[in-house]
Amino acid sequence: MSAPLLDVQNLAVRFPTRTGTVEAVRGVSFTLGRERLGIVGESGSGKSQTGRAILGLTAPSAQVTADRLRFDGQDLLTISNAERRRLRGKRIAMVLQDPKYSLDPVMSIGRQIVETLRTHERVSRSEARKRALAMLEAVQIRDPERVFDLYPHEVSGGMGQRAMIAMMLIAGPELLIADEPTSALDVTVQLEILAILDSLVRDKGMGLIFVSHDLRLVSSFCDRVLVMYAGRVVEELAAKDLSQAQHPYTQGLLNCMPKIGASRHPLPVLERQAEWAR
Amino acid sequence: MSVMGNTTPPPMAEGKLSRREWLLSDRPASRTQAKLGRAYVSWRRFAENRLALIGLIIILALVLVAIFADLLAPYSPTIGDLANARLLAPAWDHWLGTDDQGRDILSRLIYGSRLTLYVVVLVAVIAAPIGLLVGTVSGYAGGWVDAVLMRITDIFLAFPKLVLALALVAALGPGIENAVIAIAITSWPPYARIARAETMQVRNSDYISAVRLMGASPIRIVLRHIMPLCMSSLIVRVTLDMAGIILTAAGLGFLGLGAQPPLPEWGAMIASGRRFILDQWWVAAAPGVAILLVSLGFNLLGDGLRDALDPRSAGQ
Amino acid sequence: MSVASDTQPAPRGRRARSLVKSLLSFLVVVVVTYLGLLAVTFFIGRVIPVDPVLAIVGDRAPANVVERTREELGFNEPLTTQFVIYVQKALSGDFGRSVLTTNPVMTDIKRVFPATIELATLGTILGAVLGIPLGVLAAVRRGGWLDQIVRIIGLVGYSVPIFWLGLLALLVFYARLQWVGGPGRIDVVYEYTFTPITGFYLLDAIIQRDWSAFNNILSHLALPSLLLGYFSLAYISRMTRSFMLNELSQEYIVAARAKGLSERRIVWRHALRNAAVPLVTVIALSYAGLLEGSVLTETVFAWPGLGLYITNSLQNADMNAVLGGTIVIGSVFIAINLLSDLLYRLLDPRTRAR
Repeated sequence: MSAPLLDVQNLAVRFPTRTGTVEAVRGVSFTLGRERLGIVGESGSGKSQTGRAILGLTAPSAQVTADRLRFDGQDLLTISNAERRRLRGKRIAMVLQDPKYSLDPVMSIGRQIVETLRTHERVSRSEARKRALAMLEAVQIRDPERVFDLYPHEVSGGMGQRAMIAMMLIAGPELLIADEPTSALDVTVQLEILAILDSLVRDKGMGLIFVSHDLRLVSSFCDRVLVMYAGRVVEELAAKDLSQAQHPYTQGLLNCMPKIGASRHPLPVLERQAEWAR
Repeated sequence: MSVMGNTTPPPMAEGKLSRREWLLSDRPASRTQAKLGRAYVSWRRFAENRLALIGLIIILALVLVAIFADLLAPYSPTIGDLANARLLAPAWDHWLGTDDQGRDILSRLIYGSRLTLYVVVLVAVIAAPIGLLVGTVSGYAGGWVDAVLMRITDIFLAFPKLVLALALVAALGPGIENAVIAIAITSWPPYARIARAETMQVRNSDYISAVRLMGASPIRIVLRHIMPLCMSSLIVRVTLDMAGIILTAAGLGFLGLGAQPPLPEWGAMIASGRRFILDQWWVAAAPGVAILLVSLGFNLLGDGLRDALDPRSAGQ
Repeated sequence: MSVASDTQPAPRGRRARSLVKSLLSFLVVVVVTYLGLLAVTFFIGRVIPVDPVLAIVGDRAPANVVERTREELGFNEPLTTQFVIYVQKALSGDFGRSVLTTNPVMTDIKRVFPATIELATLGTILGAVLGIPLGVLAAVRRGGWLDQIVRIIGLVGYSVPIFWLGLLALLVFYARLQWVGGPGRIDVVYEYTFTPITGFYLLDAIIQRDWSAFNNILSHLALPSLLLGYFSLAYISRMTRSFMLNELSQEYIVAARAKGLSERRIVWRHALRNAAVPLVTVIALSYAGLLEGSVLTETVFAWPGLGLYITNSLQNADMNAVLGGTIVIGSVFIAINLLSDLLYRLLDPRTRAR
């Protein structure tokens, strides 16, 4: 295997607080090629912080350490902030959870997409507009000219998330981190967004890190799955082998999913064990 | 904390608990314990804030000075030594000097604390209940009652407070009571807004519905169940407003519309010191410092209370 | 699958209609508020005093004058009729005559109001120009030394009596250091050579190219406008900081960082642009606060504006002048509220559609 797109060894994210240090991520390691990796875990398991640490978007108070954090051969820990910033949006991008909050409410959708492009490429205004419209079309918005001038509050959640994807993919990144990209959307819209994301990632040959709490969704969408618990990776397995999960936490998560026809009594509850968190 | 080890903890079913643990228990056995526990947590958060503690100390000092003014003041606040002690500079005999009537400025400041406290307390006691009543009734009743009451509130909110207070005092005649009335009339609207907002939040909650189903009258619901919920945000707001009230009262005093001579009101003292500002600047300077200190105390205390009772807005 | 026309807003026609509707309801609010203002001043002027006529003409007026005024003002009519007359007169700008100056109150106010506007405008400009960047930087470097300074400026600004600070400033910078001009708007020497045109002296001096007068006016204006600017700055910087902290913690800021935008662009273009929406109201409130604070500042600086006019009238129990001044300041308050609300709608696309 040639040099991976992303190489993470022993990543840790700590938040010093008055009452002591909170360790959000504790020694996470994985490598990623141009494939789709799912990171699953409950809230607080450190999955979102892992994604943000790769982009360098953890809160300023956070301490991020790793034995290795390389993107396409570049050591992300030693490059300057400016270089890191140049990577963001251009080569690594991120789709956030809820377009209602993750789009600037007082800037039109079109201008927000153009902004990404013009930050990373020297293009004329009209050229940028043309490419933004094309990108809107690529995320299957039927009437790009009209949507271009709309403000985020004027579009539905599904449309907003399409705009978000357009904004993040317009500069042609090689790695996309999608942080719960469909959790805030209606179930019917979720599948549409996933389909758009799937085809774009496939067409452009991007790497994808898909962060979610939904094990079933991740397993159907990704090639590989990392299961995180209390800041650690407790299990890593191919999506198709999910049913053979070894770790009791993963099994617990799987058991919690209702099956049609199965007995619902008593409702299965995750029985946590202290040693998982060690 | 260790000193408290000797006091007997309240009787508990599950073995012995320190007082701290009893307060912080997540399974309080009684409403009192739950309340005390909450108060303890708030106090801890408040006490961590050093500036807020300074504010509390300033206000406590103000109250103590006002109570013990007779003991603390070295001279009479109203009768001076016109023959020998006019406009003396600060010295050992008169720490802050004397004014044009030969009165000791420090003594006047000490007695003036009573007037300041009087104004602040009276305004709070008049304005807060008016605002609370208007706000809760408006929020609970809804419909046209709400529309009318809020329209009136907005009208008062849109007014220039100080100018309106001036006009009111002009009509009522100068004096400290009328100043209090004028300030109170112009300061209740924000309280009504806050109380209404809180009421709207809980109006349709399940426990209010439960009380209603049990046959409680609207008056009882508003008085017993809604008003107590509005108290904490109201107290914070009133504390934060105290500084403004003091400054307005001092402003009225400065314009000669508040407390009348020879009362040692701080704003009026600045006004009378104004004539000698070029040569005897301390006459006007000292009362200003007193006003600044007390206002600062209320502001720090109010900020601290807000952060302790409403962690969401902490630090903003 | 690709059907994505699920936008929520109304078509243009309905949007325009809803705008008209919201403007209409806004107009109703303004009218009601203005009537409320008149009702309150009416109550203060006519109902509270034992004999309102005496309050207007003064205690020393001869009996026939008192009787004539009583008849003229319709004081023998029932209160409701009186109120109607009062509203009609107020709407036509007739607040009666001032006892002190014997002019119609409106004439007096027209003469003195520019002085107040000049001061308050300059103060607010100073406060906004310095306060907004200061508040932004304090929020960006939260907990840093600049943040502490903004905090102290705010605390002192919220706690210090403005008239006292003004007196001390006069003592230090005028009497002792002689850096600035003293009380009043202009030195007495210029009273014969300088003719006011608009009433805004700085402007008048520029129009007449009278640069020595201009410098003199500026030296008089410096201290009171800096003082007002400080209070405006204290308020605006504190609010800016709080709004900015709120905006900087929003998700769209994370998204903007993920796009690779520079910190500067994120702070000034995205966060501040969002914070600007509530800031408009803050600046308007600050302006209104300076206008009403004029009753204290102008007294200290002997500034011949509306504030000084009101306080002088107060001391002479000149009720018509006091109420006229109150109504004018109240009207300006209402106008400022209206203006800031309109600006708010213009700046925030979310309210534009409604």
